[in-house]
Amino acid sequence: MASQEFLIQYLPILLFMAVAVGMSVVMVLGSLLFGKQNPDPEKLSAYECGFDAFSDSRNKFDVRFYLVTLLFIIFDLEIAFLFPWAVALGKIGMFGFFSMVIFLGILTVGFIYEWKKGALDWE
Amino acid sequence: MISDFNLVPLLPEIFMALTGMGLLIVGVSQGNRATPVICAAAGAALSIAALVLLSLGWDAQTVMNGMFRFDEFAGFMKLLVLIGLIASLALSSRYLTQEDMARFEYPILIIFAGIGMMMMISANNFLTLYMGLELQSLSLYVLAAFQRYSVRSAEAGIKYFILGALSSGMLLFGISLIYGFSGTLDFTVLGKTIIGLEQIPIGLTIGLVFLLAGIAFKISAAPFHMWTPDVYHGAPTSVTALFAIVPKVAAFALLMRLLFQPFADMQEDWFQIIYFLSVFSMVIGAFAAIAQENLKRLMAYSSIGNMGYALIGIAAGTAQGAGAVVLYLMIYIVMTAGVFAVILHMRRQGLAVAKIDNLAGLSKTEPALAYGMLILMFSMSGIPPAAGFFGKLAIFNAAMNEGLYVLAVLGVVTSVVAAFYYLRIVKVMFFDEPADSFDKNEGSFARRVVLIVSVLFVIGFIIKPSILYECAMHAASALFTVAG
Amino acid sequence: MIVQALAFYLFAGILTLSALMVISARNPVHSVLFLILAFFNAAGLFVLLGAEFVGLILVIVYVGAVAVLFLFVVMMLDISFSDLRKGAMQYVPIGLGIGGILLGELMIIYGGWKFAPNMSENLAAPLLRFESSSNTQSLGMILYTDYVLAFQLAGLVLFVAMVGAIVLTHRTRAGVRRQSVAEQQKRRPEDVLEIRKITSRTGV
Repeated sequence: MASQEFLIQYLPILLFMAVAVGMSVVMVLGSLLFGKQNPDPEKLSAYECGFDAFSDSRNKFDVRFYLVTLLFIIFDLEIAFLFPWAVALGKIGMFGFFSMVIFLGILTVGFIYEWKKGALDWE
Repeated sequence: MISDFNLVPLLPEIFMALTGMGLLIVGVSQGNRATPVICAAAGAALSIAALVLLSLGWDAQTVMNGMFRFDEFAGFMKLLVLIGLIASLALSSRYLTQEDMARFEYPILIIFAGIGMMMMISANNFLTLYMGLELQSLSLYVLAAFQRYSVRSAEAGIKYFILGALSSGMLLFGISLIYGFSGTLDFTVLGKTIIGLEQIPIGLTIGLVFLLAGIAFKISAAPFHMWTPDVYHGAPTSVTALFAIVPKVAAFALLMRLLFQPFADMQEDWFQIIYFLSVFSMVIGAFAAIAQENLKRLMAYSSIGNMGYALIGIAAGTAQGAGAVVLYLMIYIVMTAGVFAVILHMRRQGLAVAKIDNLAGLSKTEPALAYGMLILMFSMSGIPPAAGFFGKLAIFNAAMNEGLYVLAVLGVVTSVVAAFYYLRIVKVMFFDEPADSFDKNEGSFARRVVLIVSVLFVIGFIIKPSILYECAMHAASALFTVAG
Repeated sequence: MIVQALAFYLFAGILTLSALMVISARNPVHSVLFLILAFFNAAGLFVLLGAEFVGLILVIVYVGAVAVLFLFVVMMLDISFSDLRKGAMQYVPIGLGIGGILLGELMIIYGGWKFAPNMSENLAAPLLRFESSSNTQSLGMILYTDYVLAFQLAGLVLFVAMVGAIVLTHRTRAGVRRQSVAEQQKRRPEDVLEIRKITSRTGV
């Protein structure tokens, strides 16, 4: 376990979480306990602007959606590497700087490929 | 700044990465019509990387904060990997256009898989090991599913991916236990830590078990072989050739470095595991292959069996055993490349076929090919004087010297069983009624060269077996010198 | 100290329970939501260990991106999950068996756990340098210098992932209007514009 001085910094978040969880539990439980429960099939069916649902909500979706999300995750990870670098840049000198430049260079080549290939085009 | 920063031993890898990225940009600006050119360029780049590798000083050294080890063993195994990659590229170039999958990413993914394998071979730290392994696996998953409108290929890709991810998980679990025990990821420090132990704690042993299970998945040793037949069958044949030829060499190099260097002092622990894997693989490889009708599946079981033989050399635990493994792998990749050159030749009415029956009467329709395949099959089943015999001889000899009689005898017995299905192919080719002849293949010059080189190697090996044997022994002995 | 222990048991307990719910929930969307809860609690555990960076990256990458992708896939794929579930019960004995073996192994490891005698020496060298810096900073001080090789390999892995995702899913489709900078630059006013003098009350 980490030191106490360190963890004390996170106390507000812990308190905040306790309050958030507590309040949502109270709300859900409260409506469950004190609300009038009177279900019928119409109430329980999916609400779709007042008429019956036309079809199942599961459809074959274009793979492009997934491609965009995948590419997003890859760049998200790239950004994750930038945080510690930015914080430590003053101490790691030119070597650390160029190390990141090469890393970004590799991913930029990937980005050029992605762009030219048209993976970012929609219509 | 790290003290042992030195990029020179990494030059082949750096060169491959740069050309890989350059070719990708060229490809994306020229489109898929540039695929043949990019294939050729990738082959040239791999050859240049091999030349760069040869021109390096092969003295043992550890660089990049101790994460990258370069010695004669690493150099030799990398050379084998590069030769295997070039061979599989040469096998694929024509097949890609025939199967309508000529997209320029194919050779580029092969290059990056190659970088991953070379990192595995040179890993001297669990981090390098894992990153190399993932780089290799990720490229290979994509290649398995490369024919993406074919259901089989997609299935092969998904199966390989899920089981590969599972094995990586086991590997990581093992590594985390080892790290938790020793507090280091560095092989050199880990080796020193283990030497200093009076008694091996159970946590470390279990860590080693998981590590070996993860690697056994990658070399498809039984009982971790379940993915192999389906993936080999489903993937496009040129990719199957790649799977059968190269990744095993890299994974074996990794296994040997791990077991003979940091874990050298835990030999009693890993000996049993390797022994078990070896027995299982030989038996499964020999018996499960008998019922196969499809050549690609047959080659899958054959590779499982071959991994079993190679594992005998590791179980011997000596420099001689390690040298025998290197020699065996060398002969194995050459033979496999030749066999796949024949399989890739098999097309009827524009469709690839891979049934054993399709070879019927090949000696009448295409005698040259039939005799080539005959020699390769003799070599595969270990009949002298073909090269395959010497590989097995070296392995069994090393095992006998260490008193592993059971393994050696079992190896001979399973070889005899395996000879049955290799010779069945010969029988089908020479004594069955001829089937329709195969399509005339135009423009498959590179594939023909691979076949001819492979056959010549298999026959010519007997002329001077000692040269390659000495090379292999020399390379393997580098594993047993104390890390500096 | 007691708050710390309490927080640990709370996070660990919810983590285990929600992991259990991930595999046992009937509705796959609920599974993913429980997975997100599990990630949050794992992040809490990391923070308790002092690894703030890993904890927060877990929230950003796993909760923010990976779980959303899961949710996306689960909600949109045309798969009948009740069909998928059919016959899953026959694997339960095997699953329990393997799980039991793993649990047994973990207990053996836990029971017989020993550290290497020189473990603290193996660890101590790098730790001394970071006494005065925060977790993120100490990561940054070694990741880009000492571990430069692994870092660049990570770059290559991401690169291959990018290429692989595009190879497997991208289709060139007709009728995509792409931007062509060169053509835009070539366009001259003379080619497309015509200036006419219109006298009043005549029209064009």
